[in-house]
Amino acid sequence: MTKRNQMQIDLLADAARQCKISRRNFMHHSIAAGLTAVSATGLWTSSALAQPKSGGTLRVAQHDGNTADTHDIGVYQSNFDIGLVHTHRSFLTMINSDGSLGPDLATEWEATPDATEWTFRLNSSATFHNGNPVTANDVIASMNYHRGEESTSAAKALLAGVTDIRDNGDSITFVLESGNADLPWLMTDYHLAVVPANPDGTADWQSGIGSGPYRIVELDFGTGARLVRHDGWHGEGAYFDEIEMLVINDPNARQTALVTGDVDTASLLENKTLGLLGRNPDIVVENVASAQAITMPMHVDTEPFNVPEVRQALKLAINRDELIEKITFGAATVGNDFHHSPAMPYWPEDIEQRQYDPDQAKSLLASVGMEGLTVNFSTADSITTGAVDAAVLYAEQAKAAGININVVREPNDGYWSDVWLVKPWCMVTWGARPTPDVMYSLAYQEGAAWNESRWVNPRFNELLQRAKSELDDSLRAEMYREMAVLSRDDGGTVIPYFPNFIYARRSNVERGENLSPAWQMDGYRYASRWWFA
Amino acid sequence: MGDLLGLVLKRLGLGLVSLLVVSILIFFAVELLPGDIAQAVLGQSATEETVQALREQLGLDRPAPIRYLDWLAGAVTGDFGVSLVSGERVSDAISDRFVNTLFLACYAAVIAVPVAIFLGILVALLRNTIFDRVVNVLTLTSISSPEFFLGYILILYLAVKASMFPAIASLSADMSFGELLHRTFLPALTLVLVVTAHMMRMTRAAIINLLSSPYIEMARLKGMPPFKVIVQHALPNAWAPIINVVALNLAYLITGVVLVEVVFVYPGVGQLLVDAVSKRDFPIVQACCLIFAATFILLNLAADVGTILTNPRLRHPK
Repeated sequence: MTKRNQMQIDLLADAARQCKISRRNFMHHSIAAGLTAVSATGLWTSSALAQPKSGGTLRVAQHDGNTADTHDIGVYQSNFDIGLVHTHRSFLTMINSDGSLGPDLATEWEATPDATEWTFRLNSSATFHNGNPVTANDVIASMNYHRGEESTSAAKALLAGVTDIRDNGDSITFVLESGNADLPWLMTDYHLAVVPANPDGTADWQSGIGSGPYRIVELDFGTGARLVRHDGWHGEGAYFDEIEMLVINDPNARQTALVTGDVDTASLLENKTLGLLGRNPDIVVENVASAQAITMPMHVDTEPFNVPEVRQALKLAINRDELIEKITFGAATVGNDFHHSPAMPYWPEDIEQRQYDPDQAKSLLASVGMEGLTVNFSTADSITTGAVDAAVLYAEQAKAAGININVVREPNDGYWSDVWLVKPWCMVTWGARPTPDVMYSLAYQEGAAWNESRWVNPRFNELLQRAKSELDDSLRAEMYREMAVLSRDDGGTVIPYFPNFIYARRSNVERGENLSPAWQMDGYRYASRWWFA
Repeated sequence: MGDLLGLVLKRLGLGLVSLLVVSILIFFAVELLPGDIAQAVLGQSATEETVQALREQLGLDRPAPIRYLDWLAGAVTGDFGVSLVSGERVSDAISDRFVNTLFLACYAAVIAVPVAIFLGILVALLRNTIFDRVVNVLTLTSISSPEFFLGYILILYLAVKASMFPAIASLSADMSFGELLHRTFLPALTLVLVVTAHMMRMTRAAIINLLSSPYIEMARLKGMPPFKVIVQHALPNAWAPIINVVALNLAYLITGVVLVEVVFVYPGVGQLLVDAVSKRDFPIVQACCLIFAATFILLNLAADVGTILTNPRLRHPK
């Protein structure tokens, strides 16, 4: 082996250690540098999968924290809440780093063949931070908090199909109105954290006691929190002794704190500074494909969007690649007008990508006599980084198809009550949902409260219902493929891209091979999954 | 002196009336904002059903004037209610943060007021020289730049490049006083830069105004050195406008620092107010605004009292 090759291999090993390179690239480059596949694998294992070490205090700069944040599992909303709940509370199941579904409080789960009853066996070693074991009673109290007439929980709709929850001692059984093959996935929703039950059967969310990997020592909503390791935690990992979460809402301040070493990791960085940050050798930037989405739903029952050709033309008049390059600085995954991201299970990879084609858009409009179409498009700054710029750029691109898009800039304040679901065409951001069923049921099903495009397609709805209770994975994948094609070609939603999660850590913080696509910061499970080198 | 006490009492009484008016304005301003707390709390995930249920729980289904009177009845007895979002007592939610805000304001004021007045005297003395021009340009530049921009510049040079001070304030309970001063130096310095120009320019203008008066000419003619003329003769008569500007700037240090709080991650009352407005958490908004209003009223009163005390003619009205 030449000296040059050796140097290359050393560099590769370094990159692997700092997780700057994927396994595939690592193998590719090291074989090119003259290693055999076997020794490359060995090098990868020894350098990249270094044994996690315990110890240290991880200081986290967390975005989106407010003084109005709360322990109330029914109204969790901010990223601080979501980051905290994954650190100090547990769920029945969790999304693993590689995007698959794994156990949390439940060790295993099984369904009746029609998927109307799901039984979750509970981990008997799980304890709350006050030392009490986590029992079926606690789980049921937590779930019931989101159910019933009185409930104001944001997860009420999610559990609407649950008719009963049975206590079997060491396991619990959900009884559903109709089959739902996704129930174990639903259990990862951040509202469905398990809290202790009060003696009267209600849920005690107020005390902040959880059964997660870290226990809260100090907490001031809007400022930050300090947590220490929960020694009786039932899971694997939790290498840090302490976690210090610091609310830093200003992106520049988060970045500065990371650069000066005041924090070890920072959530949500600005796309435009990625290039500069990436050049700093002390900092590793993570750019993770996610199931978040930017959508542009048109009310298909309102003129002119009731004409399918208009919807098609608007979908053809957007240049997604240019938007991704100019607005997100490359930190997004291209959309194809169906709300199913590559980061979700069952993603149909063989559907043709819709390209920017202003000429076809023009002729489609001409075929229905609507050349020179003028439409209003509502957007607001707070939707996503560069939301207004994205709308303006789209309007420019659509001009080539003879379409006039009037960009209406709405106030950030009250956007979700006054614009979304109200104005006939607006821009929307969606958080990541775990499965296509959840996403489609929430926003594309006939009669769903958030059917943002008011789209009703009988075949789509029929498939949605059938796929819900289908336990055979390949059949389900086939159904989701057909649904994707239907919403792509007939639906009322333009989906330009799925924004990636962008966050960064100091290079002395190590992580596993994959990063979960569920949320920022390894699905907000960084506290239990990462470690100090 | 009896008159002065009477004046203070009268002004305090008027201040209470102002606070009442402010509270009415704030209440209805919050009412006028689009959307309500139920929608704001539930956000994008709100459904008609959950919004309705939350409104009922919070008593938002009652007419606005009745809710206001309810709040007022509590406030008169010193009970400002509980935060609609977290259920925490308003006084608990505000007190720690208000102490932080006061600390930062005092820290900045202790530096800014002496520096501004001293600089003001100095530039009045050296008026129309290069020194005067340079100081004016520099202070006016700093007051004309947005606070967050000044903050970023200070962070860039003093935190990132020179590593002399931390970029974020991150207070904790077990800090020593020296450490506290060190950690909060950059936000305090930013505020100093923002308020100095105003006070300095007023000091300069007030003094220069007096320099053409006959008694100053007299002082000069009897051979007094210029510095003494200004400090002993001009300054005592210039206090009134200076005190007023200082009071205004002190009020600003308490009420206008939300940008500095955000940039330096300082847990003050400004951020609390912004969060509360965006969630329509009326009791918190109301309490913060009343604190701000009271700050203005008290500081203005203090300025008037100070003006009277420094001017013997006002102490003995005919």
